[in-house]
Amino acid sequence: MKALRLTLAAAMGAAAIGAAAMMVAPAMAQAPATGAATLDAIRARGTLICGVNTGLAGFAQPDSQGVWRGFDVDYCRAVAVALWNDPGKVRYVPTTAQNRFTALQSGEVDLLVRNTTWTLSRDTSLGFDFTGINFYDGQGFMVKTSAGVRTARDLNGATICVQPGTTTEQNLTDWARANRIRFTPVVIERLEEVVGAYVSGRCDAYTTDVSGLASTRSAQPRPAEHMILPDVISKEPLGPAVRHGDQRFADLVKWIHFGLVGAEELGITAANVQQAAQSDARPDVQRMLGRSGDLGQMLSVDNAWMVNIIRTLGNYGEIFERNLAPIGLQRGPNALWTNGGLQYAPPLR
Amino acid sequence: MSDVTLNAAAASPEAAPRAAPVTSTGTVAWLRANLFSSWINTAVSLALAYLLVRWTIGFIDWAFINAIWTVPMQGNVPQTQACRALEGSGACWAVIGEKHRFILFGTYPYEEHWRPLLVCALFIALYVVSAMRRFWSWVLIPIWVGTLTLIGVLMWGGVLGLSYVPQERWGGLPITLILSTFGLAFAFPLAVLVALGRRSKLPAIKTLCVLYVELVRGVPLISLLFMASVMFPLFLPEGMNIDKLLRAQVAITLFAGAYLAEVVRAGLQTLPRGQYEAAEALGLSYWHKTGLIILPQALRLVIPPLVNTFIGFFKDTSLVLIIGIFDLLTAGKTAIVEPAWQGFGIEVYVFVGAIYLVFCFAMSKYSQDLERDLNQHRRR
Repeated sequence: MKALRLTLAAAMGAAAIGAAAMMVAPAMAQAPATGAATLDAIRARGTLICGVNTGLAGFAQPDSQGVWRGFDVDYCRAVAVALWNDPGKVRYVPTTAQNRFTALQSGEVDLLVRNTTWTLSRDTSLGFDFTGINFYDGQGFMVKTSAGVRTARDLNGATICVQPGTTTEQNLTDWARANRIRFTPVVIERLEEVVGAYVSGRCDAYTTDVSGLASTRSAQPRPAEHMILPDVISKEPLGPAVRHGDQRFADLVKWIHFGLVGAEELGITAANVQQAAQSDARPDVQRMLGRSGDLGQMLSVDNAWMVNIIRTLGNYGEIFERNLAPIGLQRGPNALWTNGGLQYAPPLR
Repeated sequence: MSDVTLNAAAASPEAAPRAAPVTSTGTVAWLRANLFSSWINTAVSLALAYLLVRWTIGFIDWAFINAIWTVPMQGNVPQTQACRALEGSGACWAVIGEKHRFILFGTYPYEEHWRPLLVCALFIALYVVSAMRRFWSWVLIPIWVGTLTLIGVLMWGGVLGLSYVPQERWGGLPITLILSTFGLAFAFPLAVLVALGRRSKLPAIKTLCVLYVELVRGVPLISLLFMASVMFPLFLPEGMNIDKLLRAQVAITLFAGAYLAEVVRAGLQTLPRGQYEAAEALGLSYWHKTGLIILPQALRLVIPPLVNTFIGFFKDTSLVLIIGIFDLLTAGKTAIVEPAWQGFGIEVYVFVGAIYLVFCFAMSKYSQDLERDLNQHRRR
C-alpha cells in the first residue's frame, strides 16, 4: 500500500514536471528579442511576432478558417514580406487593451500593430517608438438620420450613449464643457448593449471612434437610417509601435509605411508593380522599386522589398480598400495629401 | 350522563373519526396537493404555467420555426440580409454553420483541425475512464500521463510528421479543457497538502499554508491573471519569455488550489475526533493515519462542495479572455466581430452555453451518483 502511494506521488510529480517542461520548452526556444538586436533576433528566429487586437472588424480579426485578416494584420505581413518575401512568416499574438504594452516591453512581441493611439506619454515613459500613423482616427457621433441632427452642436440637451473606461468618456465630457453643451450620458459597458440602447432609441446619439461607428453602422439592417456626423472631437492617430532602442527595426517599419503611401502617390498597384519595375522611367519609381540606388540595403533588406510588398499586399490605398471599405469606412483624413487628406510620405531617396 | 359518555368517546383518540386516508394518488392528486391547494397557490401556479408556456413557444419559434439555417455566399462574403430582416424574431443558425470550427478550435490551422478534435475526444475519454470505478487503481496514472503526453504531442506537433503549431494559435474548446484539466489535476493534490498543512502543529508549515490560502483567496482571479500576464514578464530577465498559456495555467492552478484547500479542510474538521484518536491508538504513523483513515472519510464528506468548486473553475477559465487567450468563450465572441455576422451574439452564446452545460451537467450528475454510492453507509 505504501509502495503504491509512493509510486503514485512519484508519477504525479513526473507528470507535473513533464507537462511543465513541454509548455516551457517552445517558449525558451524563442530567441531573445530585446535591445538593439531585435532585427537580428527576428531574422535568426525566422518569424516576426506581431501583437494585434484580439478582434476588431477591419483592423485585425481571425476569419472563419482562423486566418488573421485586417488592416493592421497587413502591416505585420508587409514587414515579413520585406524581410523574407513571405507573408506567412508572422506569428500573431492577440493582445488586449490591458496587456498590449507589457507584451511589447517584455519582448513577447516584436512589433505592436493594434490600433494604438500615439501619445506623448506612451512614446516616452512607456519606452516605445511609434513608427508612423497608418490610420487617423477620431471620436465622432452617430445619430438616426430621421432625428434631423446635422452637426454635433445640435446635440445640446441630447442623451448620448458611451462606453466607460477608455478616453472616449473623458473626451465627450471635455468637448461638452468646451462647447457649453449639456447632455445626459448613458454609460454602458458592453458593445452589443450600448449599440442596442442606441438602436432602440434610449439614446439620441452614440459616440466612439469613427472607425468603430462605421463598422457598427454597416452592421445595422438598414445602414442608411443612421448617419455619422462630420464633427470629430478628438485626435486618435493610430500606428505601429516598437521598443525604444530598436532603431534599425523602427526604421524598417517606418519606411514600409511610407513606401506603401508613396506607392499610392506614384500610382503603383499590385497589378502594375512588376511592369512598373521593368519599364517605368520615373526616377522616384526606379528608386522605390530597387532598379536604381540601394534603398533596400540601407534598411538591410533586399532591394526588391517594395516590389515584393506591393505585389503581395498592394499599396496603402489597396490595403485600405480591401480591409476598411467593407466595414463602411471612407478615406476621409486618411486620403493622400494630394487629395486633401493627411497621408503624406517623405521621399524615398 | 349520556352527554358525558358521548363527550368521553369524542375526546378519546381511538374513537375520533379520522380523515379518510389519501386514496387518490397519481398525477392529479399530486397536482392538487402541491400546486392548487389554495387560491393563492392556484393563482401562482397558473401565472407561472402561462409564462412557461409562452416562453417555450417563443423559444421554439425563435430557435426552430423562424430560424434560418444557411445563408447564400457571394464569393467569400456571406449574405446575411435574410437573417437581419428577421430582426430578432428567429435565430440565424447560419452563423454557427459558418463559424463553428472557429469557435471550437480558434486560430488553429484549418487543415489540421483533426488534431484539436482528437484532443477533445481524448480528454473526454480520459474523464470517462477516470470516472469508471474499475479503473480506480494505479493503472490510472500511466493512462493520465500517456494521454496528456499524447495531447501535448498532438497540439504542438513538430514530431512524427506533424507540423509544429505554436501555442498562440491554439484556441477554443481544447484551451478550456487544457486549462481546467491541468488546473484541477495539479490544484487538487496541492489543496490536500495545504489543507493538511493548515492543521499541522509545525508553526512554519502552518503559517506558510495560511499565508498562501489567505493571499490567493484574498484577490480576484482576474488580478492573479493580470499578475501572471502583465507584471510577471517584467520581472524576468530581458528576452526570457515563459509561455502565456503556462503563466495563465499556473495562476489558475494556484487560485483553484487555495479554494479547494479550504473545502478539504472543512472535511478534515468535520471528522469526529475519535477517528484521529482511534487511528493513533492503532499506532499508525502520521501518513498512514492521514492516507488510510482520515482523507478517505474527509474527502467523501466534501464531494458536493468539491464538485461545486470544480464546476466553478471549469467556467472561470473563460476569464483568460482578458489576457488575450482564445478559450471557448473568447473564440465565440471573436467569431461575431466580422461585420457580416455582427449582431448574432445570442446564437453564438447559446451554442457556447450548451457546450459548457454538457460538461458541467455531466460533472454534477456524476458527483450525485458518486455521493450516493460512497455515502450509502450513512443513510438511515
